[in-house]
Amino acid sequence: MGGMGSVYRARDLHFPNVVKLVAVKEMINLAPDPLIRQTIVQNFEREANMLATLNHPAIPRIYDYFSEDNRSYLVLEFIHGKDLESVIGDANGFLPEDQVISWAIQLCDVLEYLHGHKPDPIIFRDMKPSNVMINHNGNVVLVDFGIAKTFQTGQKGTMIGTEGYSPPEQYRGEATPLADLYSMGATLHHAVTRRDPRLEPPFSFAERPVRRINPNISVEFEAVVKTALQYTPTDRFASVTDMKEALMNVARKTGVLSKITYALPVSSGGVKPLWSFKCEDEVRGTPFLHQDNLFIGCYDNNLYALNAVDGQFQWKYPTEGGIVSRPLVYDNNVFFCSEDQRLHVISARSGNVVWTYFTEGKIYSSPRFADGHIFLGSDDQYLHAVNVNSSRAVWKFSADGPIHSTPLVANELIYFGTEAGSMYALDFHGEMKWRFQAKRSITSSPVNKGGAVYAASLDGNLYALDAKNGWTIWKFRLGKGSVSSPAIADDLIFIGAADGFIYCIDIRTSKEVWRFRTDNQVSSSPAVYKDSIYCGSVDGSMYCLEYRTGRLRWKFESQAAITGSPIVFDDIIYFGSTDHHVYALFA
Amino acid sequence: MAGFFRKLFGNKKESVKQKQIDMTITAPLLDQKINSIIANQNVKYGVKQLVAGVGQSVGKQREHNEDSVLALTSTIAGSAENVPFGLYIVADGMGGHQFGEVASNAAIRIMGGNITKKFHSYLYNLPTQTLQDSLQEVMEASIMEAHQYVQREAPGSGTTVTAALVLGDQVTIAHVGDSRAYSIYLDGRIEPITRDHSLVKRLEELGHLSKEQAVSFPHRNVLIRALGQGESLEADIFTIPFPNSSILMICSDGLWGVISENDIIRIVTEAPNLHRACHNLVEAANVAGGPDNITVILAQLIG
Repeated sequence: MGGMGSVYRARDLHFPNVVKLVAVKEMINLAPDPLIRQTIVQNFEREANMLATLNHPAIPRIYDYFSEDNRSYLVLEFIHGKDLESVIGDANGFLPEDQVISWAIQLCDVLEYLHGHKPDPIIFRDMKPSNVMINHNGNVVLVDFGIAKTFQTGQKGTMIGTEGYSPPEQYRGEATPLADLYSMGATLHHAVTRRDPRLEPPFSFAERPVRRINPNISVEFEAVVKTALQYTPTDRFASVTDMKEALMNVARKTGVLSKITYALPVSSGGVKPLWSFKCEDEVRGTPFLHQDNLFIGCYDNNLYALNAVDGQFQWKYPTEGGIVSRPLVYDNNVFFCSEDQRLHVISARSGNVVWTYFTEGKIYSSPRFADGHIFLGSDDQYLHAVNVNSSRAVWKFSADGPIHSTPLVANELIYFGTEAGSMYALDFHGEMKWRFQAKRSITSSPVNKGGAVYAASLDGNLYALDAKNGWTIWKFRLGKGSVSSPAIADDLIFIGAADGFIYCIDIRTSKEVWRFRTDNQVSSSPAVYKDSIYCGSVDGSMYCLEYRTGRLRWKFESQAAITGSPIVFDDIIYFGSTDHHVYALFA
Repeated sequence: MAGFFRKLFGNKKESVKQKQIDMTITAPLLDQKINSIIANQNVKYGVKQLVAGVGQSVGKQREHNEDSVLALTSTIAGSAENVPFGLYIVADGMGGHQFGEVASNAAIRIMGGNITKKFHSYLYNLPTQTLQDSLQEVMEASIMEAHQYVQREAPGSGTTVTAALVLGDQVTIAHVGDSRAYSIYLDGRIEPITRDHSLVKRLEELGHLSKEQAVSFPHRNVLIRALGQGESLEADIFTIPFPNSSILMICSDGLWGVISENDIIRIVTEAPNLHRACHNLVEAANVAGGPDNITVILAQLIG
């Protein structure tokens, strides 16, 4: 009767240099009557317009729609991932309860968003495992809004929906937000019992209590599912918000999800920090995480130790200069450098000094640990190799300029750049193996992969150098110079530049894959986590981009430039801003 | 290993303004100690040796040889270490009036000349200034110059080019057409490094042809990209680490289109050396009918 739908994976040719996959949903209009055909097209376009107004991470974005002859097309964000029905089917046994609860809370979150839609709530009406995608991040995305319909009170809806997940009242032609709760309950029931309700008699969930099939499920979770599946709508939760609250309580009680009890990422209000901590001056450095403690240096001359879970202040250690260097922890000691020309070594637990090492210049380089030694560069133009047991230098290498770049130790060599534009490779004796000369300084810290080292220069190039002999394998022209250090994932390399772009380049062909524009210089170095990259900008924002496509996932606006680099651990991103704050957000 | 380095670093006190302060600390070592250190390391001779073999034949059914080949193996003597240097190019020309030979010949000479010119001072003189271009830029510029020459001097003709520049452990490939580069692993696997710019491959990639249909596709010899053809040339240029414990093979379709991958692996792994392997590969293609010109290069990094 209506339209037949099929979904294609397509490539957006508007951006020939960008590999961007989109989903194209095709509807074939089979109605013979031109008037009905027109109505179908109008319905389609109304759906498209409605979808276009939605903005939630668990709802695919809509890029375009158009109709041609008897076909209509909807161009949507392509979701990399797998639908929940396949996840359930492919699983080896039952899915773990904490996993299902985490998805359930996310589903509640998106239903909350839809039910709270103004002027009229949106009833999804087709909640079932095959309409729930689990993307590469492990997060849920609600797909197929084919029958989602703006709800108007008192109006009778058309009867569509998959038997087995649909509530009894939907068969009577009623559609209320409480109908979505029933379908949610049915979806969760299927997920934890692996019993497909479409193969069971209608409305027979009460005969199949969750724990009789899967005794691993907690009593509390079973109760939530049971309440959602009540025959009479008024016996269910009063709203999806209540159901979400109940799920959160289960998560807290069973202790499986201590982290989820904080705010969930992005509702329409934007990204909210999990916590933030205010220092007394700009934070330009990169943090280091060690056993629930976050260590970060600040321009108020202190190194701070914060509780990574809640941002609680633990201790601070004063130096006599600003700290931009990234700390590291080895053997329960924190190693970091300061503009006071020293390498400081302090106890990670108490913050008491263990030893210090003096250079003859300010230190912006971060220490690197390898084989019992700390390697660091200083404005005294030396690369220092310091033995951690004796706290003495075993050698110093005289370079051609101050060293801000953080040394890389790989292939039994030590690589670093200098402000005079050189890239050096030294062996463990401190003997030079090779030197490469760029046209301007190399502040960027080198990274390596597959026999090559990569670093950017203020001369505007990203260089790929042969790790063994320093030959230039390729160079990629950035719009302006860069002090950002590259990050690598798969065969892609990411870097920021002073032209405000974050670049993604194919490591083998040196061709640009995508670039993302921020509103000011990018001095921060990207961090890769799962399928996203995270990078700050002088425009004050921290950006989360899908790393294959450069698509913006979210951004977080701090009050001033972000020049430090983020770190991501266990789905939480930590970074500092020149607005004096240290932030923790859900990645 | 870590202990070894610790030994080299030593724990001696720092003496001011003197480099390499610890260099004396490791000596004298007892013979026993030296032997144990050596025993704990993988034996490395420092210098890696690049070796290569070449084979070529007109085949049994053609009168002309339209394939051209260049194989150059050397080392760049350096103060720290000697860097293996190799340039290997296979070109398979096409087009009437014997222009196919002209095209493949010109491609080889111009590319070969251009690239070796860049490395001339490193190989034979003392470099007065460092090479400004990256390896990929050198390849790109060379293949473009060859492209323009063929367009000018042998209009209507074209040629495939698969070129590999080996420098140290890195291989930079420039590729257009349907000659191929492969890694042949000594454990019996073979992996293509290049992607054919041919109609059949394109149809296969688009899903219009299955692998089985592709084998019997009537227009298997139609290229969609060739040096000398078209206004601009889009060559595939990329760099990969020299595949570990494997042999790099570059060949024209007179070889890969005639004998199977399994035969190639068998012949290469059974041969006593690369020269013999090349000879046997060419022989095998001729025994199988020799329908086209045959060219093959094998190169290996030893050590």
